[in-house]
Amino acid sequence: MKKLTDPMDSLDLTNAKTLPMTEDVTEQNSTLLKRFFSIFAAGPVKPGESYGAPGQGKSLAISLFTTFTLLFVWHIATYFQLVKPLFLPSPISVIQRFWEVATEGFGNATLLEHTGWSMMRVFSAFFLALITAVPIGILMGVNRIVRGLFDPIIEFYRPLPPLAYLPLVIIWLGIGEVSKVTLIYLAMFAPIALSARAGVKSVAIEQIHAAYSMGASRWQVIRHIILINALPEILTGLRIGVGFGWTTLVAAEMVAAQAGLGFMVLNAAEFLVTDVVIMGIIVIGIIAYLFDMFMRYLEKKLVPWKGR
Amino acid sequence: MSRLQIHDVSVRFPGMNGGEAVTALSGINFQIEPGEFVVALGASGCGKTTLLNLMAGFIQPSEGYLTLGDSGISGLPRVACGLELKDQITGPGQDRGVVFQKHALLPWLNVLDNAAFGLKLQGVGKEERNERAADFLKLVGLEDFHNHPVYQLSGGMQQRVGIARGLTNDPQMLLLDEPLGALDALTREVLQELLLEVWQETQKMMFFITHSVEEALFMASRLIIMSPRPGRITHDFSLNFNKIFLETRDARQVKSMPEFIEMREKVLGIIHGDEAENGGAH
Repeated sequence: MKKLTDPMDSLDLTNAKTLPMTEDVTEQNSTLLKRFFSIFAAGPVKPGESYGAPGQGKSLAISLFTTFTLLFVWHIATYFQLVKPLFLPSPISVIQRFWEVATEGFGNATLLEHTGWSMMRVFSAFFLALITAVPIGILMGVNRIVRGLFDPIIEFYRPLPPLAYLPLVIIWLGIGEVSKVTLIYLAMFAPIALSARAGVKSVAIEQIHAAYSMGASRWQVIRHIILINALPEILTGLRIGVGFGWTTLVAAEMVAAQAGLGFMVLNAAEFLVTDVVIMGIIVIGIIAYLFDMFMRYLEKKLVPWKGR
Repeated sequence: MSRLQIHDVSVRFPGMNGGEAVTALSGINFQIEPGEFVVALGASGCGKTTLLNLMAGFIQPSEGYLTLGDSGISGLPRVACGLELKDQITGPGQDRGVVFQKHALLPWLNVLDNAAFGLKLQGVGKEERNERAADFLKLVGLEDFHNHPVYQLSGGMQQRVGIARGLTNDPQMLLLDEPLGALDALTREVLQELLLEVWQETQKMMFFITHSVEEALFMASRLIIMSPRPGRITHDFSLNFNKIFLETRDARQVKSMPEFIEMREKVLGIIHGDEAENGGAH
């Protein structure tokens, strides 16, 4: 199958012609190569977009290629012992470790328990942020007094790294679950509140005018126009917020945790069990990625009109 | 029968960065009689949209007042005492429907729900509001599109929804702020005819802003021409090309009548005169 739009194809054909080989082999090689490269083709160009914005087309195959190349390089580097296992254990030993921690546990808890604790912390913080940061962000958008009250607080602490105020949170709230959830909650609060506020501000004045001229009250304008209009940005804020939550998890589990993915990683690092460290990182990454996929799916279902 | 009256209205906007205040409208005296189709035409910055926003109640006059109702203008002493006149326009209300240039529909609602949105705000039950919205969607030719998301419609169809939405509240007048300005020439002519049919059917007062001289002459039973700096009404013509169209249903013939062409040249002359005065500045 030849696509006119694929530069790889034409390149490949000219190469094949200049190769000093027999007719048959050339043909075979070129189709094999073509097949291989066609995996990475951009796909058919949409009509009228031949001179469209740069960067269009499919990229999934290339992403998979990157992933497998990285795994392969990792495997080669460890297989030929180019790096000591202390610094970089092999993928296979990480997978073995995964199974071992999943069944027997590490640091007095199984992988499921570690994951459960971490998810409990991140998602209770997320839930708290959802029911507080979203309303406060919306109120900041529609009410100047609330905006005046919260703006300096949020703008001041937002750029601070959570590690900087972790000691204070521990002094105030102790070393139990409350301080861990609070730390994650604080990291999530600012981006969620600010995106809710930005969502409120993004509403078109014509839509508000239209509602008023159809007899809407102030409250109806907020409920039927502003809130729904802010939904896409609120969802984006929630995605960013959960991302910050996972970022902060390890910091939160630094002090006096008995279980948790962050705790597991830190504990393993202390005993130089590098394969558990890498395994923990990968588990956190995969959970965060899956949740992000879920949020994107939710976005597609809830706000199909986004950007229209 | 109610009419819209504008009495000695001026609008001044505070200057930017402490600059001089801008007089957007000055000394407007004007009324729209029941059943009139009034078109406002003028160079950019002449205050057409400000005038529409006043009628809609989105802004308040710096001086003077507007009323919409069956009472004549009286009761100046009440205004002097800071009291409201009977029927005075003090804010937006459902007695004045507005159609915007950028349709301003709600993309999360389908066509029917958009058209019925005003009734929903009034607390009208679902069945009744859908029935009433369906009547007006039929009037604008969208009876087969009730469940379509509005963001999938063409510009012309979106504007049809906008018109239906403006009508479902049964307002006394419809304010149209360049509603056809963003449409292609063919769709635009179709919607001009549609609007005239809607006008004939509903007998509402219409206030319609446009930049197109031909559109203005074709649509208006009364044409006002405005001039900038300060914004004011300089000409006021009574026309009947719209009635001729509604009788003959032949838009091309109306637009090529010698009287139409003569009027077009005259109005163009007035507007170009204004623009030359402004150094052609836009």
